[in-house]
Amino acid sequence: MTGSPWAKSKTQTRRRFLGNAARAAGGACVFGMVIGLFARQAQSLPAQVLRPPGVANENDFLAACVRCGLCVRDCPYPTLSLADVGGDIPVGTPYFIARKYPCEMCDDVPCVKACPTGALDPKLTNIDDARMGLAVLIDNETCLNMQGLRCDVCHRVCPLLNEAITLERQHNPRTGAHAIFIPTVHSDKCTGCGKCERSCVLEKAAIRVLPRNLAKGRIGEHYRLGWVEKANKGESLVPPLVDMPDRLPEGVTISPRGPKP
Amino acid sequence: MSEKMYPGQDAVVAKGWLGAHRWLLLRRLSQLVILFFFLAGPFWDVWIVKGSLTSSLTLGVLPLSDPFVVLQSFFAGHVIAGTALIGAAIVFAFYALIGGRVYCSFVCPMNVVTDTSSWLARKFDLPKGWQPSKDARLWALGSVMIMALITGVMAWEMLNPVTMLHRGLVYGMGYVWTIALAIFIFDIVVSRRGWCGHLCPMGAFYGLLGKASVLRVSAAKRHDCNDCMDCFDVCPEPHVITPALRGAQTNTGPLILSGDCTNCGRCMDVCAKDVFSFSTRFNNVILKNDDHNNTIDSSTQHAA
Repeated sequence: MTGSPWAKSKTQTRRRFLGNAARAAGGACVFGMVIGLFARQAQSLPAQVLRPPGVANENDFLAACVRCGLCVRDCPYPTLSLADVGGDIPVGTPYFIARKYPCEMCDDVPCVKACPTGALDPKLTNIDDARMGLAVLIDNETCLNMQGLRCDVCHRVCPLLNEAITLERQHNPRTGAHAIFIPTVHSDKCTGCGKCERSCVLEKAAIRVLPRNLAKGRIGEHYRLGWVEKANKGESLVPPLVDMPDRLPEGVTISPRGPKP
Repeated sequence: MSEKMYPGQDAVVAKGWLGAHRWLLLRRLSQLVILFFFLAGPFWDVWIVKGSLTSSLTLGVLPLSDPFVVLQSFFAGHVIAGTALIGAAIVFAFYALIGGRVYCSFVCPMNVVTDTSSWLARKFDLPKGWQPSKDARLWALGSVMIMALITGVMAWEMLNPVTMLHRGLVYGMGYVWTIALAIFIFDIVVSRRGWCGHLCPMGAFYGLLGKASVLRVSAAKRHDCNDCMDCFDVCPEPHVITPALRGAQTNTGPLILSGDCTNCGRCMDVCAKDVFSFSTRFNNVILKNDDHNNTIDSSTQHAA
């Protein structure tokens, strides 16, 4: 670049401008990467952390929740709180821990009504439709009912008594004479309120509410349960057995009680 | 020029201590009253404002939401189904009228932290340190929105010190004080006015929001300016002053038109000559012989 000082200064200005722009863009990239990675890391919730009613998917929730705390304010119980800085839960988001204080399942669902963004789905008007998690009898070895005792507390405190948790009777092989009443959770009814976990009499609860994606298995798409398909169709899907002629020794006929000489 | 101990000393002599701290006190009052509104509920069961600065409900009827946070939610792919949209529209309109960064100076709790830090830095004459480019916060704002788009969650709200601090004040501090302390140290050691003045994407958002605001600071009596530089010393965004105060040479009006101006009024406080005053953007009249170096009978110029 030879020529007038004017040309030189113009080049210098342009060079400085480009340098500044590159620096700013680079800084913005670094900044963006940091918050992106941080956000990714913060998306894995610990298993005992439950969201208020009306949250179907954690990612959608984190796109919608402005962390204002209005749900916490309108919760009439000490159930909900906002996450502190530096913990495992995305900062400022509402959560509850069933063992500490479960959801009391208010009929009017005040937390969902309070939500200004729809992060708690406003379509949830019946609290029985909430799916905050799923109770799982996680430890058969300590559950008193599984030992053949009649604790039944989780069953009795369940707000959907005999629907979300039933007691399934089974033979008690230890005594040979008694029954075991197995607390059995039904995922189509359980709201995940956590009252069972809260009231489990053990030092550490044998029944716990887990996030539904952690608690539920899924049968393979190709699986067909014969008896279900048969019930659906009203008849067997395969043709009935062909009755082949019986080949028997001379003079022998078949009766329902077996071969007769 | 006499030896000065601190900026605004002349103003204290001319107008008294109260007169030289009027807007500062008003701002602190505004910040305290807003916090009081939020805390009256949890402390005394008087629910004036419920929620936090990101979204709140006043007296059970008026929804107010932070348009910056709502915009992040939009970029993260959520369609707001609730009162937050109305709340954000109200807040947006309010700040669009009175100046976006009025949020920064009269509402934001971080303002107290960074004001304290810059006050200390001035008092002990600490070096200004790293001064990022004035576009840095705009880039940060862009990053925030793009990251919301890419991650599908409000990524910045996992780190946003501003919303964190207010939430901490209202819902219990926990470890939030460490965030405030970090910003304080950053501002006093690394970069003077670094957070609010250069990096905060929220401030950048409100700056853009208020670009066309009606309420403006005007260097209406710039002809009285005695070049004491006190306003530049205390201004959190000193670059906004020059075009207005020194505009007579370049035939520019006395209004401070930059969106960066927070309308904090500190320049009015520290000016012994009362050069600055609040005005509207429709009042950008260039007076004849307005140059601040001219000494003309000011009574002839006050008509404007």
